[in-house]
Amino acid sequence: MTALWDSMNGRGKLLLVLLILALLMAPMVASRYLLSVLTLILYFVYVGQAWNLMMGYAGQLSLGHALYVGLGGYVAAILWVHYGIGPWLSIVPAVAVAAAFGAVIGWLAFRFGIEGVYFALLTIAFAEFTRIGFDHLAIAGGAGGLFIPYEERRLGEWWNLRGNQLFFYYLAFVLAAAGVLITALLSRARLGFQWLAVREDETAARALGIDAFRAKMKAILISSGMTAVGGVFYAFYNNTLFPAQMFDMSRSIELILAPIVGGLGTIFGPVVGAFILTPLGEILIMLTDWLGINLPGVKAVFYGLTLMIIISLVPTGVWPRIAQSLDLKKRGP
Amino acid sequence: MTAPLASPASPAVVTPLLTVSKVSRRFRGLIAVDRVSFALVPGEIFAVIGPNGAGKTTLFNMIAGVLAPNDGTITFDGHSIAGLTADAVCRLGIGRTFQIVRPFPALSVEDNVVVGALLRHTDMAAARRHARDVLAQLDLHDKRAVQAAALTLPDRKRLEVARALATEPKLLLLDEVMAGLVPTETDRMVDILRGINSDMGITILLIEHVMRAVMALAGHVLVLHHGAAIAQGTPQEIVRDPAVIKSYLGAETAF
Repeated sequence: MTALWDSMNGRGKLLLVLLILALLMAPMVASRYLLSVLTLILYFVYVGQAWNLMMGYAGQLSLGHALYVGLGGYVAAILWVHYGIGPWLSIVPAVAVAAAFGAVIGWLAFRFGIEGVYFALLTIAFAEFTRIGFDHLAIAGGAGGLFIPYEERRLGEWWNLRGNQLFFYYLAFVLAAAGVLITALLSRARLGFQWLAVREDETAARALGIDAFRAKMKAILISSGMTAVGGVFYAFYNNTLFPAQMFDMSRSIELILAPIVGGLGTIFGPVVGAFILTPLGEILIMLTDWLGINLPGVKAVFYGLTLMIIISLVPTGVWPRIAQSLDLKKRGP
Repeated sequence: MTAPLASPASPAVVTPLLTVSKVSRRFRGLIAVDRVSFALVPGEIFAVIGPNGAGKTTLFNMIAGVLAPNDGTITFDGHSIAGLTADAVCRLGIGRTFQIVRPFPALSVEDNVVVGALLRHTDMAAARRHARDVLAQLDLHDKRAVQAAALTLPDRKRLEVARALATEPKLLLLDEVMAGLVPTETDRMVDILRGINSDMGITILLIEHVMRAVMALAGHVLVLHHGAAIAQGTPQEIVRDPAVIKSYLGAETAF
């Protein structure tokens, strides 16, 4: 923790403190709509961090992280709707189920040397067949969906994750902050260095005594477990869960864009990426509405074009460029 | 400071650190290494030489845990290590370098070495201190903040040794660390290796083509030819051995 703080110079520290203060005080000025956009941004910061640990640090490309969001959300929702078990308690089984799926994927891939794009395909396959499975899972409502009842009388029950927009905003803030802190902590720990070594050159890492299988298993367990917590939040924030909506490939892609655009393997990359991409999507909706071009897919085309422009301008991510040009890092050891 | 165990007067009574016994490895019927045996006394520098394709790298890889031998035993420090994985071999105390260097390109020179240091140091600050000591020893301290991808070949070769050394090995396996170095760089590497051996008491097994370095460093030399050991002895004995001159050194002009 202190290492993260110490790695920044005065300007970096000031900027971070200002960002935290701005986010904490945003509800005083922000409209309900703006607050919902900010909530979404902070959610993507958190899940982006979880994915970033696996891809950015351990170098394992997962294109099926929607699996863990969906599993986390569904486990908590099922336990609440059918058994009345509160979501704080269900975090434990939600994380356990997601991590168990992660463990199976990881064991299959890492034990049998499935790497790179083939590993990515395996993660997609698991997300897809889980989606199909949930289409037929009666306890989860099948393809018809699962609904967490919205009850006025429960609105103040924060301990059951029932609350208004303001409550979910601060909850998302805590999640995002936790995600950044976990990444900062792990990236400066022994495990973080093992991940970097495996990412850079697995053969060389093993020659230095690193058990690459264990390091990669830890990455997928931590990442899937963290993502599942995001899924619990997502389920109780939206109150509706459909297999097609939770497990779809597009959800996995949506979740990985912020760290890619912001900067893979950096602590603030997913933060910067989420603050660029989510507003971008909202602005494009407004813009196409305003221009009166409501053809299907127009928003996606503009979104894609903007992404292409950003990535071709800063291939290693926006954050490293910002940190460099604003000179936020302390120089020399 | 010389390690007392290395005394050449009494090699027979010293328990070897590494014993390779009748080790063979075949690739689809082709015998790459054929019943090779040798032993390393703690504290010595031992070289394996031979022409290209003699089986040096295969032998090296069997000790380093990259390949399992088909026959024979390898014993290190009381443990049978034949067939163990590369990371398990390293944890037992064998550090290795790669003939074609494999730095972690995106990491700084210091962080490359920190990865090695973290094997024996769980505390981050202690690992970093140890890494800096090793960097100073390898003349890389001034370049510690540079990205490894930006290093020149001689620097990369030394980084390779630094990283292996940071794991605090009892035995250092060096796979052609002199290859591609100009003579002044070779001499620099020879001095560094001699320091590692005498000051830190680390036993070294070299696979080497550069006879100039072998003559300067090694106390014992094993000559491989077509997978078999054809001679073993001190460097002076080896260069006079008719079989060695015929099969290998006759074509060698490097010394």
